[in-house]
Amino acid sequence: MAEEFAVRMVNITKTFGHVVANDKVYLELRRGEILSLLGENGSGKTTLMNMLSGIYFPDEGQIYINGREVTIASPHDAYALGIGMVHQHFKLVDVLTAAENIALGLPGGVVVDRKGIAEKVRQICDRYGFSVDPDKKIYDMSVSEKQTLEIVKTLYRGAEILILDEPTAVLTPQETKKLFDVMRNMRADGKSIIIITHKLAEVLEISDRVTVLRKGEYIGDMDTAKADARALTDMMVGRTVTLNIQRDEPVNVQRRLEIRNLTVKDSDGVTRLDDINLDVYAGEILGVAGISGCGQKELLEAIAGLQTAVSGSSVKYRPTGPDGPAEELLGLGPRAVSDRGIRLAFVPEDRLGMGLVANMDLVDNMMLKEYRSGKSPIVERRHPSEMAREIVRELEVVTPGIDTPVRKLSGGNVQKILVGREIAMNPTVLMSAYAVRGLDINTSYTIYRLLGEQKKAGVAVIYVGEDLDVLLQLCDRIAVLCGGRLNGVLDGRTATKEEVGYLMTTLQADRKEASA
Amino acid sequence: MTQLISLLTSAVVFGTVILYGAVGEIITEKSGNLNLGVPGIMFLGGIAGLAAAFFYELHAAEPVGAIGLALSFLAAIAASALGGLIYAFLTITLRANQNVTGLTLTIFGAGLANLFGGSLNALAGGVGQISVAVTSRAYRAYIPALAGMGRVGQLLFSFGFMAYLAIAIALLASWFLNRSRVGLNLRAVGEDPATADAAGISVTRYKYLATCAGAAVSGLGGLYYVMDYIKGTWSTDGTIEALGWLAVALVIFATWRPARAIWSAYLFGVLYWAYNYIAGLSRATIELFKMLPYVVTILVLVAVSMRRSKEAQPPKSLGLSYFREER
Repeated sequence: MAEEFAVRMVNITKTFGHVVANDKVYLELRRGEILSLLGENGSGKTTLMNMLSGIYFPDEGQIYINGREVTIASPHDAYALGIGMVHQHFKLVDVLTAAENIALGLPGGVVVDRKGIAEKVRQICDRYGFSVDPDKKIYDMSVSEKQTLEIVKTLYRGAEILILDEPTAVLTPQETKKLFDVMRNMRADGKSIIIITHKLAEVLEISDRVTVLRKGEYIGDMDTAKADARALTDMMVGRTVTLNIQRDEPVNVQRRLEIRNLTVKDSDGVTRLDDINLDVYAGEILGVAGISGCGQKELLEAIAGLQTAVSGSSVKYRPTGPDGPAEELLGLGPRAVSDRGIRLAFVPEDRLGMGLVANMDLVDNMMLKEYRSGKSPIVERRHPSEMAREIVRELEVVTPGIDTPVRKLSGGNVQKILVGREIAMNPTVLMSAYAVRGLDINTSYTIYRLLGEQKKAGVAVIYVGEDLDVLLQLCDRIAVLCGGRLNGVLDGRTATKEEVGYLMTTLQADRKEASA
Repeated sequence: MTQLISLLTSAVVFGTVILYGAVGEIITEKSGNLNLGVPGIMFLGGIAGLAAAFFYELHAAEPVGAIGLALSFLAAIAASALGGLIYAFLTITLRANQNVTGLTLTIFGAGLANLFGGSLNALAGGVGQISVAVTSRAYRAYIPALAGMGRVGQLLFSFGFMAYLAIAIALLASWFLNRSRVGLNLRAVGEDPATADAAGISVTRYKYLATCAGAAVSGLGGLYYVMDYIKGTWSTDGTIEALGWLAVALVIFATWRPARAIWSAYLFGVLYWAYNYIAGLSRATIELFKMLPYVVTILVLVAVSMRRSKEAQPPKSLGLSYFREER
């Protein structure tokens, strides 16, 4: 009897430094089925699949292909076993044609046989319903064309097991439908397919079974026929954990930022933020929830003047409440914003890339924010030194001294310095992205306390977070982004984890919802 | 007319030196390695070839040109490939900064070559000037019947074999990069090593081989300079280094295309020697004219950047090292 399972991954563990990306994970893929691999961002889905496709090598665990235990040490090994993966970031060389990309790394004659490739590509296309022009250069292709080519490429190499990493993230609904048709054709042809996704609707529509991961752990799997959106959300987000974060009632709340029709496109012309309408109030913490990459970064950067928004977008800043004067922030740029006396503090996600300079010491990093103050051509280090000392004392930063380069400090201490510096400028708006990512419990609570104090001081605080428990227990309101759209605004005190999780993964039909 | 022919022939000789350097560097850069050690590698190729020929002529009772040629040719290739290997080990295996490594290699090559060049001069005794006349004559040999066919003959057939070899290598490199399977894989490595890796191409092996092969070709430029351009002698005036940098500039001017590098190299030669054929130039103006190749390179760089052409760009991951599990 033929082995029932095309793939079995048993007890797989993978760590990156101190971070455990996969912790004893199981995965089973039957022959001729479509399996969804479901989980929030950071739940370890892509890491697990990268081990199947030979990009990473597992620290522990076994992989069985068609019942035989195998070692997959490189992408080459994976191809030899009939495993092909379509990565979220396409692995295509821009300046080459479709046919040349397919030929990459394949054995064959000295000269690339373009005609032969084109012919075989046509056969694959006819069989499954793709359309690919072999002579087209990659840089002339749309995102959907590139994805199609990626799938054709894996089939060309004889893949029997296909892994698609969030294939619909970049597709329009029509393109998604076409992709699903193709996937069904491939299943009918006996291929086994794993689709990584965090969209519940897609799980239910396309897959036969679903495996759920959460925070690197295997939660379970079930037949899709027996699953519904609620049950899957539960598995995905887990039970509520009480954290005891102090949350004061907001006082003296007034509107400070009015975000209207905010639309942002990236350099490829892909819409990253789609018509956002949202108000941010002084004296409260506004949480922003969403699967990573759904527009959180673009939202904060647009407000900070680091992203160009599509014309018609508007972010109005009202220093003295809704009736006071208003200032348009978009199109100003960080320096112009601060020239107008608007104190906008930003704790970015990329601490050592955007927030601090890793090779400079604490004092120099303090000075980054006030490099224009003072008239003397020689830098004045007294004031920033005092500031650095104060932050070290107040926030209990563990450092050998204020002249230590920040790259030598641990992540938590780096974050304390960054948050401390931003708060020291007495902001009126404080934006933070994943402020507690990678921090230990105590430091996280210090950050929560600082944000709470800022709220009490009448600052409009925006907290982009990934831990739903924290969002629900720290924030007064929670705006949920889904695929670049504002999918709803919930009251932080009454909303449930499932509600937030549901809004994160399922786009609401009525997305014109204004701020609550 | 005679003047024009004379300008063109000296341009070809000049262009051949930098054509070797540039084609070698194009092969290297196509793997994503920006090797600024080209001048150093040309030094290595030059001195190794010279030393091999010198010791052969010193010890052979009756030196034969062809043997001297073969020995020096092989020595030059070996030495310059070794230079490439040093660079490859530092930047690929140890992931050192490519710019720093390349510049260091240039300093190393120049120092080493001048050290041995000086020693060879001392060994040669006499007037204190080494000369490998027999081997150099073999390098500069041409077919008199063809070269004698008037101006055309002089223009096309009056050079040593390495001038034609340079064209052949450039055309071969062009075919290799654009038509062959290995060349295609190599381009993928230089554009996007992660993609190449995922396609099952050994990024490390390709980078090593391309860097060493490229260095070997570049080193031939040094050999040609020593054997043909300055006729089998050694001089510590640093001309090789200046030509090496011109070769790097030529890579940009040719927009990373070996075939285009052929006529571009000769154009550089014409621009470089133009001052000799314009009457009444002062010393200062001559130096300005010598600048021309660099100026046109800058102009080409500006034009390429402004046109935003997808094709005429450097390999996308040029200058970056690759590590698979980076995240």
